[in-house]
Amino acid sequence: MSTFVYMTRCDGCGHCVDICPSDIMHIDKETRRAVNIEPNMCWECYSCVKACPQNAIDARGYADFAPMHHKVRVLREEEKGTISWRIKFRNGHEKNFVSPITTKPWGKHIPNLADETPPTNEEIDSQLLYSEPNGLNIETGLPSLKKDNQKGIN
Amino acid sequence: MASIKTIHEDCDILIVGGGMAGTGATFEARHWGRDLKIVCVEKANIDRSGAVAQGLYAINCYMGMQWDENQPEDHVRYARNDLMGLVREDLTYDIARHVDSTVHMFDEWGLPIMRDKETGRYQREGKWQIMIHGESYKPIVAEAAKKSANKIYNRIMITHLLMDEGKSDRVGGAVGFNMRTGNYHVFKAKAVIVAAGGASHIFKPRAVGEGMGRTWYAPWSNGSAYALPIMAGAKMTQMENRIVLTRFKDGYGPVGAYFLHLKTYTENGNGENYEKKWYEETKKLVGEYIDHVPVPTCLRNHAFIEEVKAGRGPIHMVTKEAFQDPHMETVGWENFLGMTVGQAVVWASQNIDPKYTNPELTTSEPYVMGSHATCSGAWVSGPEDISPSDYFWGYNRMTSVNGLFGAGDTVGGSAHKFSSGSFTEGRLAAKAAVKYVNDMQSEEIKVTDKQYEDLKEVIYKPLENYKVGRNEITAGTVSPSYILPIQGLQRLQKIMDEYVGGVGVSYMTNDNLLKIGTNLLKMLEEDLEHVAAEDYHQLMRAWELKHRVTTSQCVTSHTLFREETRWPGYYYRGDHMKIDDANWHCLTVSQRDRDTGEFTMNKAPMHNLVD
Repeated sequence: MSTFVYMTRCDGCGHCVDICPSDIMHIDKETRRAVNIEPNMCWECYSCVKACPQNAIDARGYADFAPMHHKVRVLREEEKGTISWRIKFRNGHEKNFVSPITTKPWGKHIPNLADETPPTNEEIDSQLLYSEPNGLNIETGLPSLKKDNQKGIN
Repeated sequence: MASIKTIHEDCDILIVGGGMAGTGATFEARHWGRDLKIVCVEKANIDRSGAVAQGLYAINCYMGMQWDENQPEDHVRYARNDLMGLVREDLTYDIARHVDSTVHMFDEWGLPIMRDKETGRYQREGKWQIMIHGESYKPIVAEAAKKSANKIYNRIMITHLLMDEGKSDRVGGAVGFNMRTGNYHVFKAKAVIVAAGGASHIFKPRAVGEGMGRTWYAPWSNGSAYALPIMAGAKMTQMENRIVLTRFKDGYGPVGAYFLHLKTYTENGNGENYEKKWYEETKKLVGEYIDHVPVPTCLRNHAFIEEVKAGRGPIHMVTKEAFQDPHMETVGWENFLGMTVGQAVVWASQNIDPKYTNPELTTSEPYVMGSHATCSGAWVSGPEDISPSDYFWGYNRMTSVNGLFGAGDTVGGSAHKFSSGSFTEGRLAAKAAVKYVNDMQSEEIKVTDKQYEDLKEVIYKPLENYKVGRNEITAGTVSPSYILPIQGLQRLQKIMDEYVGGVGVSYMTNDNLLKIGTNLLKMLEEDLEHVAAEDYHQLMRAWELKHRVTTSQCVTSHTLFREETRWPGYYYRGDHMKIDDANWHCLTVSQRDRDTGEFTMNKAPMHNLVD
């Protein structure tokens, strides 16, 4: 499905332009609304659909293999921490799904490493990464292989 | 050209690409380099970029050491077996021993990881995979990178690495352009970590119309992971080891959860189990490898391909039984919605409800990448505590070019890292890069104005080509003086498909075909001096294409060099149809001459570090 934009809903805000990983959502100079300029470079990742505040972007299955008259609609609600999907088949059959997208308030539990305790020289010279060895949740420390136990070539 | 503004940024560590590996590198670099200037440059928007832009429904690399589920040695055995004996065991081990701490951080940061209701452990999909609700996986890791970086640049395509002119074989930074403003960006850096994307769209995709973008790997993964180090003269390894994926037809929806969690299985068009039928035939090609457990992925592909060639297709996934359980049905659908929405669209459009219809599978066009179940990429140093001397030269994940590090798709030999392993490899590269920068102390990088001004001419030339050539013709896309990026891309895909083993020839190639392919790629490379870009967006497409062509030349050289069929089901050397352990139980290493563009090929020893 490549994405397309409904003329009456799009207000040209550019959220889709800002987020599209393929750089194919652009603002059309004449209509001043968003347009998919390269449908054949669309991965149907739905980043633009999810980002659109007006629900103006939809997808229509790729013309070269998808018969018409189906829909996969999405509502991503960051504050609720959920994503909701509605699948409508060509024959009218429907399926609905809701999933969580996060378990914690956005960004609150991601550390700012510049404010954390600086690493010791011993840690710098070791094989440990940030949060290790504690973050491995094992008591035996970071595993290693002894060089002299290694088998030969081939 | 005079109107193009040049913007300079001098930094200590430059991370090229803000996907899983790049965000891991950016995040970790701050911990070890508190006072260093850390800059990440992303081609798209870091919140939704890379292979995980649309999310994931599983983390495919997690040991579970805390519950004694797997040990790093087990993972090395698994990856080695799946890749028919050839991986860098030091790199694979290194990721496996660290990856659990990465996943535990994701859990703390708010990534919804499913749990087994009885044991309280992470819900396993298979031996290595855990299940997640990962729609927002990428925005979550992007946030971590943003907190660590001095600056993140979005919408800049890095086209070239800069070289230090004070010391040979040392990187000095990178250059690129902003596809929105057109500005030229010059990043001088003491260390560069290439964490860019692998290569989709170098082989002709099965869909060539509107649906060509629905490749398995993201269409924006354009091989910069390889082209940047290749052009800088870095050594590359296992570039012939392309991967072909068995996936749901047309949408390339993933099958992992279906096989492992839903326990669905495959059958041919007549409802028969076909894999066992090919046992004896396959054994003639690969010997005892067919008896390995689990059966290597390429060999399962091989049975699929042969069964279809024998006229007993299509191959179906038997879903009707599993989907009678409402929970399993939900998992089956959410699996797509979380990472491959397009498959849900294909099924909705064709009225395929797997509860009532067993959906078709297909084998994809080949891809070249280093993070999934394959290991093409740069030849890098391993960690000092475990790597044998052949695999170690001072800094973990440093390529054969000083100061140039890799992670994720960039690094060759470390298969089966997936999203969590790529993030982990970024962390490893970042720690080593900080050490490298600290060891350099006051030693300065020398990059002359001439170096980046010369590159500026080269980078923006497609705009000039268009401006000049366009006046020659009335209208349309046909010019005697230039080709457009899409035209060059389609030529590349046709060459690779027909001569280097794509779907059109059932993945078959040979010495004669590869030599013709090499010549045609050379002509394409020459023609790309005349690629034309109408605007900055097309300029990005032009440079994506150039990176794809450079990657393809390297892939073709490697494929020509390895005179055996190591991975039947991924590709076949018709002139050497059998596995040849006596001569080829080794890693292949290439290096492109920076001046002549010629590739030289060598073998490197395959060291087994675990039994």
